Amino acid sequence: MQITVTVNGTAYTEEVEPRLLLVHFLRQTLGLTGTHWGCDTSNCGTCVVWFDGKPVKSCTMLAAMADGHEIRTVEGLERDGALDPVQQGFMECHGLQCGFCTPGMMMTARSLLDTNPDPSDDEIREAISGQLCRCTGYENIVRAVRWAAEHPAQEEVTT
Amino acid sequence: MTVTEERPTVGFGSTLRKEDVRFVRGKGTYVDDVNLPGMLHGAMLRSPFAHARIVSIDTSAAEAHPGVKAVITGETLAGLNLAWMPTLSYDTQAVLATDKVRFQGQEVAFVIAEDHYSARDALELIEVEYEELPVVVDAKKALDADAPVIRDDKEEQSNNHIYDWEAGDKAATDEVFSSADVVVAEDILYPRTHPAPLETCGAVADMDKVTGKLTVWTTTQAPHAHRTVYALVAGLPEHKIRIISPDIGGGFGGKVGIYPGYVLAIVGSIVAGKPVKWVEDRSEHLMSTAFARDYHMRGEIAATRDGKILGLRVNTLADHGAFHSTAQPTKFPAGFFHVFTGSYDLQAAHCKVTAVYTNKAPGGVAYACSFRITEAVYLVERMVELLARELDMDPAELRMKNLLRPEQFPYTTPTGWEYDSGDYQKTLTKAMEMAGYQQLRAEQADRLRRREQGENVPLMGIGVSFFTEAVGAGPRKHMDILGLGMADGAELRVHPTGKAVLRISVQTQGQGHETTFAQIVGNELGLPTEDIEVVHGDTDQTPFGLGTYGSRSTPVSGAATAVVARKVRERARIVAAAMLEVSTDDLEWQENRWQVRGDPEKAKTIQEIALAAHSSLELPEGIEGHLDATTVYNPPNLTYPFGAYICVVDVDPDTGQVHLRRFIAVDDCGVRINPMIVEGQIHGGLADGVGMALMQVMAFDADGNHMGANFMDYLLPTAKECPSWELGETVTPSPHHPIGAKGVGESATVGSPAAIVNAVMDALKPYGVRHADMPLSPAAVWSAIQGRPLRTDLAIT
Ligand code: FES
Ligand code: FES
Repeated sequence: MQITVTVNGTAYTEEVEPRLLLVHFLRQTLGLTGTHWGCDTSNCGTCVVWFDGKPVKSCTMLAAMADGHEIRTVEGLERDGALDPVQQGFMECHGLQCGFCTPGMMMTARSLLDTNPDPSDDEIREAISGQLCRCTGYENIVRAVRWAAEHPAQEEVTT
Repeated sequence: MTVTEERPTVGFGSTLRKEDVRFVRGKGTYVDDVNLPGMLHGAMLRSPFAHARIVSIDTSAAEAHPGVKAVITGETLAGLNLAWMPTLSYDTQAVLATDKVRFQGQEVAFVIAEDHYSARDALELIEVEYEELPVVVDAKKALDADAPVIRDDKEEQSNNHIYDWEAGDKAATDEVFSSADVVVAEDILYPRTHPAPLETCGAVADMDKVTGKLTVWTTTQAPHAHRTVYALVAGLPEHKIRIISPDIGGGFGGKVGIYPGYVLAIVGSIVAGKPVKWVEDRSEHLMSTAFARDYHMRGEIAATRDGKILGLRVNTLADHGAFHSTAQPTKFPAGFFHVFTGSYDLQAAHCKVTAVYTNKAPGGVAYACSFRITEAVYLVERMVELLARELDMDPAELRMKNLLRPEQFPYTTPTGWEYDSGDYQKTLTKAMEMAGYQQLRAEQADRLRRREQGENVPLMGIGVSFFTEAVGAGPRKHMDILGLGMADGAELRVHPTGKAVLRISVQTQGQGHETTFAQIVGNELGLPTEDIEVVHGDTDQTPFGLGTYGSRSTPVSGAATAVVARKVRERARIVAAAMLEVSTDDLEWQENRWQVRGDPEKAKTIQEIALAAHSSLELPEGIEGHLDATTVYNPPNLTYPFGAYICVVDVDPDTGQVHLRRFIAVDDCGVRINPMIVEGQIHGGLADGVGMALMQVMAFDADGNHMGANFMDYLLPTAKECPSWELGETVTPSPHHPIGAKGVGESATVGSPAAIVNAVMDALKPYGVRHADMPLSPAAVWSAIQGRPLRTDLAIT
């Protein structure tokens, strides 16, 4: 079947199998390998992308369901060549080690800050509790999100 | 403790990571991100049974699938003499089963197809007829006379016994025990667990038929070891094999060994004449790749009535699964388990390990620490805790009384380890101060009083552990894996403009080598961290070495890096002398420059020297020019990081729910190259401890079905289960490491489970509970309170 999906602002029209998972569409069909895959059961969250502005687990959706919708991935976090504060925060606070969970964590973090610009540590932990990180023990991920909250981009517009 | 501290541009300190620049943009390259023109996709058919004879395999329908290029079975491999491969422990492991399957999830057939989905579809079309056999699930029954023999492929094997191994002085230990005032014994299980890195295992193999060159991108922590093993197994010439370990999404020991899937991607590429990608799914990863632990230990501790520990004894039954495939140094089949006397000054110790085959996946080394120190530390720290209970002594006080004293270092343990340096009391004191230990005990007493008055407040527990790690394997004369000595090379080039390229043998899986190793070079040469490129993970580009596991990167390769940088510095000294027209003896290394003694005006930086070394400057006879150097570092000893951990829990006795309230960790890993990264390593290890102590287990039912083969059943800690870690440090440099560093990657995983379990047991003291096995799930805690501790490794009712 043919689908048209807008990914990071660009519309892509592709022929896909109806059963193709969104995560595979992004990674294999479009070559956007920043979105990762890590489990068979919707538990790990390394595949998190935005679907019409909301974080979803892209392993749990079919590409066909994204037909006519907007997806944003880690590759679309930068704005005009500048890192998003969340990306900067992850670097500043050592919020990543192997980097495998990082794209999903950052997508969730950005979405949290868009709706709650000054979250408490507990709110941050709650927001990322559907995602796993095997390296950081979460401490520095929480700090990274706090850092981003404290350093909003100058011209940032909340959506 | 804050991570955004000073960020030096040269040398040691919390410099931001160079690798993050790509990771935060989604530009890392993991194995599954590698796509080659014409690449085919592999998928594995696995056994649904834990033990069964293969009667027949019919692949015709799968082969007829339009997307399928080839189906490989054990029979295909047998024709190539590749059906079995050697393990890293001198045993054999089936690549694809030919005679029997020996664990659920074992590899049976491999499909190669045009795309991933077709390959998976074709698996459904393969017909395998099995004849089920009785299974051995419980290691304690593996040596029963009527137990089915799992490894009947081995002629000499008439039962499920693998080895018996002992260390220490049995007679002296028995003597100590027979005359001791107090002896405490306990059966302690360290259940089967799995490191479960977020990235599963995979490989992309590309055999170039024209040049005969095989390139394999693969999830390995030890690319050079893989290259050599492939050369030995497949008979391919070693210089025609290139292993590339790109970005690795976590390893924790699980990516040391060679898995059948890797071999099949290679065979597939040879058969199909095209590159073949194989990436396993999560269930495959949890069911078939290296598990950890599975040690059934009977521990005994002897002491005087006033709390002087005299001796330790342990008998261990080690469940190795269906193939003996640990990655231990040849001399030490049970790894470094005999370091089990821990951090204490005692007279005698003895341990015996009996290893057996069962119908479970092979492995047994994975998961920080790879060398069985996690089991050893857990054992001794539980035994000391039980002794404190028996003596009615405070567990921190009992430890303080028995810890090795600074003047005893270097200290040789009763089982033969030479600890390099330590100041244990200082570290424990610091942890107790940070925790507010006495106030915590007062709060605990108050809780108990309130409960006695009928108030429904949770139980409170305080757990202490003190660990000594043994890392940086290791001295070649004692340690090899499959005959390969555990020394590592390093090469350093300094370009004319003073920018440097370091090539190392070890492979990061998130530890930040690209940053810390550049810092080591910069520290020796006065070069900015950003001017040093670290090349790793490609056997064509880097010197030989055994890779990253057992926290060996900093102790071994970090030492190699410092040594090679010092070689470069000495070469630079000769050039600087020629530039300044003085003798080398007149120069001293001051403020990152070679300077004429007492004359700071006359000095040359490495950048200036590098340019001169590549110029037409006349050099003394016999000096070729340039500054490049190579080295191989053979560690004189292991390094011994240590630490004191304190955990505070609340336990609801009605539900068995444990709430981890605080965790204080004071680590001494010697000199810290990048404190920010060191703390990150500790955070991750502490979370591992939470998982192992409270959540993670791989249990099996009576038929050998794996009960934890996905993330719904195999529970890993999330941000909600982890507290905000409270970290502290002491610094006792290693006397034999060039920069005094000791390694830290595994310390927290080693030290934390005991602190958590000790805390929970402390909370349950009013119920008379002495011991319950991990993981202390609500069910396990509740059952322990009822006086019926669970056997957590068996899902058999
Ligand atoms: S891949 Fe694990 S939740 Fe999507
Ligand atoms: S950084 Fe490795 S899984 Fe999170």
